[in-house]
Order: sequence, then C-alpha cells, then structure tokens
Amino acid sequence: MEAISHAGIVIGVLSKDGVVLAAEKKVTGKLLDMSGATGGSYGGSGEKIFLLNSNVISGVAGITADANSLVNYARQAAQRHLFSYNEDIPVELLAQRLCDLKQGYTQYGGLRPFGVSLLYAGYDPHYQFQLYHSDPSGNYSGWKATCIGANNGTATSLLKQDYKEDISVEDAIELVLKVMSKTMDSTTLGSEKLEFATLTLDASKQPKAKIYNPAEIDALLQKHGLGKKEEGDAAAPAPGDLTL
Amino acid sequence: MDISFALTGKGYVIVAADTTAARSIVKMKVDEDKIKVLSPHLLMAFSGEPGDTVQFAEYIERNIRLYQIRNTYALRPPSAASWIRRALADSLRSRRPYSVNLLVGGYDTSTHTPHLYWVDYLGTMSEVPFAAHGYGAYFALSLLDRYHDPEASLEDGLATLRRCLDEVAKRLVVTPEKYKVKVVDKDGVREVEI
Repeated sequence: MEAISHAGIVIGVLSKDGVVLAAEKKVTGKLLDMSGATGGSYGGSGEKIFLLNSNVISGVAGITADANSLVNYARQAAQRHLFSYNEDIPVELLAQRLCDLKQGYTQYGGLRPFGVSLLYAGYDPHYQFQLYHSDPSGNYSGWKATCIGANNGTATSLLKQDYKEDISVEDAIELVLKVMSKTMDSTTLGSEKLEFATLTLDASKQPKAKIYNPAEIDALLQKHGLGKKEEGDAAAPAPGDLTL
Repeated sequence: MDISFALTGKGYVIVAADTTAARSIVKMKVDEDKIKVLSPHLLMAFSGEPGDTVQFAEYIERNIRLYQIRNTYALRPPSAASWIRRALADSLRSRRPYSVNLLVGGYDTSTHTPHLYWVDYLGTMSEVPFAAHGYGAYFALSLLDRYHDPEASLEDGLATLRRCLDEVAKRLVVTPEKYKVKVVDKDGVREVEI
C-alpha cells in the first residue's frame, strides 16, 4: 500500500462512448536511457498502461515488477477465456480473475502480496464501457471516474467537482488532462512524463484500444493548450537557416 | 431415429424434437423430452446414441448453470455454443467419445438477436438460419430452403415447422407420432403446442 501511494498517478474516466486512462511516469533521472523503450507500441508504452486484451486496457500503480507479472497473468486469463468461449473476456470477469489471484497472497503464509493497484478500462456487450479499480487485498469496484497513486486525494476531489453524467469521450479526455496537469508536480506536461490511452468503438462497433505514442501525446497536449509553448517555436527552423 | 428441427425468425428461435425413446424395433416411451433448457434464454435439442445423449446433455446443463452461478451473468448463445462444441471436440479425442448431435438455439439479451447453431458429434459447428438432425433432415431442409423467412412472425415460423413435420409424417417409413416444440425469445423459454 505504501508503494502505491508514492507511485505515479493513474486516472480513469468513464463516458458513455468510451473510457480514458492517463498515467504519470516518474522520471528516474536525466541519465536513464529511454531510447530502447517501446514507446506507444501495440502492447503499451511499457511502463504504466498496458493492453490486457483487445477490449481491456489497464493502468498500474505500485511495484513495477509485480505489475508486470500481473499483466502477464491477465493476458493469459483473457486468452484462456477466448479459447474456451470464443469471445472477448467480460471486463468484470477479468478483474475478478486477477483479484482471486491477489486475494490468495493475502491468505497463505510465506509470500508477500502483490504491491499493485490497477485500473481496468474495458468494453463488453453485457455492460458496455466499464471502469474498475482493484487493490492489493483483492477488492475490486466499478467507478465512473477514479484514480490511484500519489496525490489521489486531490485528483479525486477535482474529478468529483468536474465529472458530469453523460460526459462524452472528448470531454472525458479534456477532464483527464486537466486533472493530470493540476495534480502532477511539474508545471508543464509532456510525453516524457505522461502516458495516455483511450478505449472506444470503431465503425463496426468493435472495441478499439488506442495507446498514444509520445508524438501523439504531445500533439494532444498542444490541442488542449497544456503542452510546452516555446519549444515548438524553437524547434521550427527559421527561414534563414536553410542551407543547400 | 431421433428427429429434430430448429429455425430462427424475427426475434425468436423454434426448436422441435420428437418424443419417442426406442430400443431396437420397440418403442419404449412416447413422452421423452429431448430439448434441455440450459439457461433462461438458451435451448439445446440433443439426439444420437441413447445414454450418451442424456449424460452429455446433463453435463452441459450443469456446467452452464455453474458458470451462471460463479459469474454475474450467463453465457451468451455464441459463447455457450462455442464451449459446448469444445466439450464435444475434446470428447471425440478421448477413449470413449460421446456420439451426440445438437441444435443449440438462444436469444442474446445484450444484442437482441436470435442465434441457432448446428453441432454434430464430430465437433462441427455452424451458425445457421434453420437446421435439422436425423432422418427428418432429408425431407425438411429443402422445405426450409423454400419457405424459411428470417423476418417471419412466430405464427409463420410455426407454420413452416408444421410443413416440415407433415412432410416427414407423409414420406418417412417410421414416423414419430409426437413432437415437443419449444420457443426462445426475449421473454425466455416456453413450450408451445403444435
């Protein structure tokens, strides 16, 4: 529980036509070589937000090593369900599978529990879009908007203030970014500190998870007026700089 | 000698099966129910080797029920049919396989659509608008090809089924005298007289 309250914040907001997840990456230091990171790839950007199944994405807070192990377990559970029933696993069932595992470690002696809280954002035909939260003890609950990690008290009160019933996914994105910018330590948001993902329906009514890559995150921040201002101007070459 | 039919229509599936239980040339029973109600919106007609049929049907029935108790919601018809097919396919590769043929019909309450699956003892499954197993299939499929309408009302659907039963009565050497007919739609499962 201690590790979770120090972990980078993860926010999830549910809307009628999609779910939005955002996570704060704790930058370890300037010298950490991130060039090898698989930023924004199909399976997730590798640190806080993961694709569990084609209809579920999750954000994690806590001990990263434990989280990786849980994500692996969740992906296997989802594929097992697909094998047996030829359908994407219902979101609550996937949350339940993980919570059964987590609960087991609170009961039997000798091993420590998983130090991870997760947010699950998903879609299934039973309850459409859903957002769940689970903690290390194996409790889980459904939410309209929630967050885990450091400063979650501040973020929760901001979400309570600004969440509206029947919010659209576009408004949910804006709300998440706003809350994120107010709760994070740094003054300006950027792709090096932020992970972002949405789950919506595509044209054929199938769930479509989109985990943003760094360039897309920066573009999104610019669009909502939260990105770095001067850097964009400095990067653009002045006309006089052109050389043949 | 079991005969079973099923057809879909506008928001419903009709499943019919004869009610005779025979051994060799002797009729032992004429009120056997060969259609199991697996869940509030799921039906399964079974036929094949006597003994295997009931054993397998009860195994499926109880496992579908177990899933419903363990998890908050019932399996939807496509998932249930996939799981049933898997059970048959696994059985086929065991020491003594079940020889059971099935028609699985259900109404999906989350997408509001009827579904019908034709499954045989080899683990073949296909989603179809109408289906039949047994000797009845030889007479009924051509009729269903001609008269089946996916948008038909329940009355019209039952009339089409009636045609099939009449044709079997007219042409088949040994005809079953009675059929049990069950309908599944948005209100659940009910038995109808024909």
